[in-house]
Amino acid sequence: MSESKIPAPPSSAGAPRAGNPLLEVRDLQVVYGGIRAVKGIDLHIDRGELVALIGSNGAGKTTTLKALAGLVHPAGGQIRYEGGELHSIAAHRRAAMGIALVPEGRGVFARMTIAENLLMGAYSRSDKIEIATDLDRMYALFPRLAERKYQLAGTLSGGEQQMVAMARALMSRPRLLMLDEPSMGLAPLMVQKIFATIRDIAALGMSILLVEQNARLALQVAQRGYVMESGAITLSGSATELLGSDAVQRAYLGG
Amino acid sequence: MEILLQQIINGLVQGSIYALVALGYTMVYGILGLINFAHGEVVMVGAMLVLSSLTAMLGWGVPPVLALPISVMLAITGCMALGYGIERIAYRPLRHAPRLAPLITAIGVSIVLQNLAMMIWGRDYHSFPQLFANTTHSFGGAVINDIQIIIFVMAVAIMAGLMVVVHHTRLGRAMRAIAENQHAAQLMGVDVNRVISITFMLGSAMAAVAGLMVSANYGLAHYYMGFLLGLKAFTAAVLGGIGNLRGAMLGGLLLGLIESLGAGYIGDLSGGFFGSNYQDVFAFLVLIAVLVFRPSGLLGERLAERA
Ligand SMILES: Nc1ncnc2c1ncn2[C@@H]1O[C@H](COP(=O)(O)OP(=O)(O)OP(=O)(O)O)[C@@H](O)[C@H]1O
Ligand SMILES: [Mg+2]
Repeated sequence: MSESKIPAPPSSAGAPRAGNPLLEVRDLQVVYGGIRAVKGIDLHIDRGELVALIGSNGAGKTTTLKALAGLVHPAGGQIRYEGGELHSIAAHRRAAMGIALVPEGRGVFARMTIAENLLMGAYSRSDKIEIATDLDRMYALFPRLAERKYQLAGTLSGGEQQMVAMARALMSRPRLLMLDEPSMGLAPLMVQKIFATIRDIAALGMSILLVEQNARLALQVAQRGYVMESGAITLSGSATELLGSDAVQRAYLGG
Repeated sequence: MEILLQQIINGLVQGSIYALVALGYTMVYGILGLINFAHGEVVMVGAMLVLSSLTAMLGWGVPPVLALPISVMLAITGCMALGYGIERIAYRPLRHAPRLAPLITAIGVSIVLQNLAMMIWGRDYHSFPQLFANTTHSFGGAVINDIQIIIFVMAVAIMAGLMVVVHHTRLGRAMRAIAENQHAAQLMGVDVNRVISITFMLGSAMAAVAGLMVSANYGLAHYYMGFLLGLKAFTAAVLGGIGNLRGAMLGGLLLGLIESLGAGYIGDLSGGFFGSNYQDVFAFLVLIAVLVFRPSGLLGERLAERA
């Protein structure tokens, strides 16, 4: 279905899109005290796919991710993950099921060390030896963090905190990784670094839902994308289609 | 000089009890931002449970070496169940209510527990049975007895154990994570309700031990003893910086010392106008001074940093 210019990860290269998506959302609605923030959206993510969700401020992107992670309770709709319904499953159980969210603003534990933050990521796991090897992997992926293992996360720069938040999420060995505006507030060089990492992680075959205000950047790494406006999905398609579409050009790419 | 040393010893012993109770206040505050005013009553219930089971068992002819540990375990278990129940019934339904609601509820729980205790154990003072010869040791002109030594050593050991749990275990990391950011902790897979329950139970277990210590130290227990003790331990927690564990321990020991030294010298200071029975005043002078001059406490951070 999608013909992207980005080389697809090997695991998903030939995967059939035949009705077995990792995540399937139908008619999702979220209401905050009378205000409808998400007004019945449909979306899906196949195994190994990197999907972008773009849209302007207040469109409902963060709310959508929170509903998927279980931090807010939807007013309606279905969320199917690995074939099962998530509705009645609490947020902490979803984490154990392989759903990880790197929240907006990163949410690192400022008064814990980097090492402790990463251990928190592995909270639901009990395989001590594997956790230790994963820690080493994270320090290899983010050498900046390796140098600062025992530094309090609150003393790190914004970019380093974003690395902690991503590494922490990866420590849970997620099967669905959701990233909420990883580029927010970062200098261009750091943004490039973070996006290179996202590309690397995707290349390993991880399924990723990426929310971004920086639409161009997001669509450059994604295979497919959704455009959200005032709580509804107004456009969807392959990343290349969206990058080329007039509507997206005008609204989000300043073209 | 002997008086000074004596007051320091008494202050440290009493202060270590305050510290144990203050930790219960500060742990709950750190995690929930809630002042559990019923915590002092848990100490009282702990003391009462130890006393009644001890008296009963000694009455049945159980030897003290057996009766003491059994009744302590009973009191700890009972207080843990009580702490769990208080959170479950009184605080959890109000978790997202405005802050004033759980505060008022806490005072309500405290009154309910006091009255229940009065109905069960009556209005009389209960005396702590003499279990063993409480030898008094003297040095440098001051004296310290076995019970005081046991209290201090036990309190320090329990506090050290708590620090290990909080700083070096998975449970401790989860507690600290919740204290910082409940949503992020949930995203890591932390069952927030479960960890909050465990926190209340840990605090209540320490309260039970503190109840034992107070009644053993003074040889008395009373249904009303939790009120003043709770208020003083709360003062100690505020003095150290509420929400900060090391602060609670420091605050407890300091408050014990201030009270004890104050009581020892208040007669001299006031030219004989006040007697040592005014020692309770010091705790509240300390509370007022801290609230006026350093609301964040000795080791606490400014409130803005927590937001
Ligand atoms: N906790 C809340 N209570 C009430 N309204 C909320 C809450 N969180 C979000 N909203 C509202 O819901 C709408 C969607 O917000 P959301 O944070 O999901 O948008 P977003 O697409 O992530 O925006 P941004 O790009 O600025 O992060 C907004 O109108 C917002 O004001
Ligand atoms: Mg957002």
